[in-house]
Amino acid sequence: MSRIRKTFDTLKISNQKALIPFVTAGDPSPEMTIKILHQLVTSGADMIELGIPFSDPMADGPIIQRASERALAKNVGIRKTLEIAKEFRKQNQVTPLILMGYANPIEAIGIDEFLKLCKSSDIDGVITVDYPPEESKAYVEKLKQNDIDAIFLLAPTTEKKRIEQIIKQASGFLYYVSLKGVTGAQNIDIEQVKNRVGEIKSLTDLPIGVGFGVRDPETAKNVAKFSDAIVIGSRIIQEIEASDESNMLENINKIIRSIKQVI
Amino acid sequence: MQNYNFPDENGHFGPYGGTFVAETLIEALDELKVMYEQFKDDKDFLNEFHHDLKHFVGRPSPIYFAERLTKKIGGAQIYFKREDLNHTGAHKVNNTVGQALLAKKMGKPRVIAETGAGQHGVATATIAARLGLDCVVYMGSEDVKRQSPNVYRMKLLGAEVVPVESGSKTLKDALNEALRDWVTNVSNTFYIIGTVAGPHPYPMMVRDFNSVVGKESIVQMDELVGKQPDAVIACVGGGSNAMGIFYPYIPYENTRLIGVEAAGHGIETGKHAAPLTANSPVGVLHGNRTYMMQNDEGQIIETHSVSAGLDYPGVGPEHAWLKDTKRAEYVAINDEEALAAFHNLCRTEGIIPALETSHAIAYAEKLARDLSKDKTILVNLSGRGDKDINTVAGIAGIKI
Ligand SMILES: Cc1ncc(COP(=O)(O)O)c(C=O)c1O
Repeated sequence: MSRIRKTFDTLKISNQKALIPFVTAGDPSPEMTIKILHQLVTSGADMIELGIPFSDPMADGPIIQRASERALAKNVGIRKTLEIAKEFRKQNQVTPLILMGYANPIEAIGIDEFLKLCKSSDIDGVITVDYPPEESKAYVEKLKQNDIDAIFLLAPTTEKKRIEQIIKQASGFLYYVSLKGVTGAQNIDIEQVKNRVGEIKSLTDLPIGVGFGVRDPETAKNVAKFSDAIVIGSRIIQEIEASDESNMLENINKIIRSIKQVI
Repeated sequence: MQNYNFPDENGHFGPYGGTFVAETLIEALDELKVMYEQFKDDKDFLNEFHHDLKHFVGRPSPIYFAERLTKKIGGAQIYFKREDLNHTGAHKVNNTVGQALLAKKMGKPRVIAETGAGQHGVATATIAARLGLDCVVYMGSEDVKRQSPNVYRMKLLGAEVVPVESGSKTLKDALNEALRDWVTNVSNTFYIIGTVAGPHPYPMMVRDFNSVVGKESIVQMDELVGKQPDAVIACVGGGSNAMGIFYPYIPYENTRLIGVEAAGHGIETGKHAAPLTANSPVGVLHGNRTYMMQNDEGQIIETHSVSAGLDYPGVGPEHAWLKDTKRAEYVAINDEEALAAFHNLCRTEGIIPALETSHAIAYAEKLARDLSKDKTILVNLSGRGDKDINTVAGIAGIKI
């Protein structure tokens, strides 16, 4: 069983939901990212989503765009992201690490090379934002051969027939995008999300994580009532932006703890 | 290429094209695909489309024999397809009329667009005003500076112009931002893409709407010259004016199809916008797979061209396919050559061409010189240069 599924199973026993923070590799610097990753775990993260910086992050709002720009300014791209992951793994072999990125950097270094680097950094899952299932069959097959979970997004607009198709290719968990919009938006409608997650749950046993619009403990608490995981990204990156290196880890600690407590 | 039938049903031109978008956009694209399939052969829809092209745009645009230019060069006979005479001053309007009509049919009250030079933004704002649609245009803040007359034109037409500050602050970033808007407002908004790029069905749909240019040319060349040209030349940014004139000519095997990219400061300097000519690696951006200017880790790199409308790191996927299959050839013209052709055309023919178009003209001059007088060249004169006079004056150190 994959480390991701094992984490979900363990949490279930104690009736907890997974907290999955997102940060962009290299923001504000490669050294700091490694410290941030360890801090996230200490503060209560059950898994971590690590963003691969990209020059054209078309599904991301301004906050994560800026994180990408800061990371690129430090020369962090796909290779350095995997080095950061490897460095993290030296001290932590239990927390699932999920990469989130766009197709072009992966294709630029080559899918086989990417998988080799993922293996050597002990990556558990990959979300490739702009690879819908119909354009990525061979890629997903290769991920599976390497025991890496292929995590797919489901949108508020995804129709039932399509959800069923995506479920067939997905593993690890399904990532439900809580709103029509980009990351960091603010207009999440809890009732609507609840209905949709219920619908998806009736079609699959895969755990369901909810993200894109979760920014505060209150929302997290409500969403955790009917989902299996909460993904929180822009809100953490805002802390990174607003902090200097002396108080960054403490500020991240506060926000992660406040959310972990209630889900 | 008698049986050219691309893209396939999933929007692939060989290995290029496709639908590389986040799941959040899939439903909107599926809806668009279904609607376009329904309307593209619909008699009433086509009648309305051609009615507007005739009465609002002023089509058919004439073909013009550039007699003095031809004499001056002393080689092949040079003809222009006068897209600069369209309402709003460029070929871009053909496509916006089509897409806006589709938006109307789909009941979307709001249209959005990205723009580089501002021509597509102006065309979209124009047709939105004509149809009573709300209009928001995304434009890189660098381009807002370079093309200020067009920014004001869009505002006069009632559009909101949003300067985009992310990334390189040019066309590619405007496209990113328009996609983000679309994801957010997908239920009431139609995204009018301005070139043959983006996810399926855009490259096909934009080509189809613009192919009126090539279809007219075939009829007009026959009437005017009694034969089809030996070469058809068009500039290539994303590639919509080129696809518009190339596509109907694909079965005409004796007609060379030549796309002219922007060599900027020169291909060898890396500061250009010519992914096909430079043989850039293949990548995925803005929803499709194509040749793409990028570094070795897949980050899109900044492009350079004196003309904002050619300043794009990728190129429509169908051009990638036409290059690989050798049905079309791709060459590049640098800033200096384009500017020289710009000034030459102003004085020789009394036509102020767009800087984008000047790239095609510069190459036509080169080719004409090498061909005998019994050969004919047809250049797609994609747009007029009124929008560029500030840029050209600035280069000459003149303040206007
Ligand atoms: C007059 C003119 N020609 C050409 C272009 C380039 O676009 P495309 O390659 O899609 O024709 C533009 C773009 O703004 C333009 O304004």
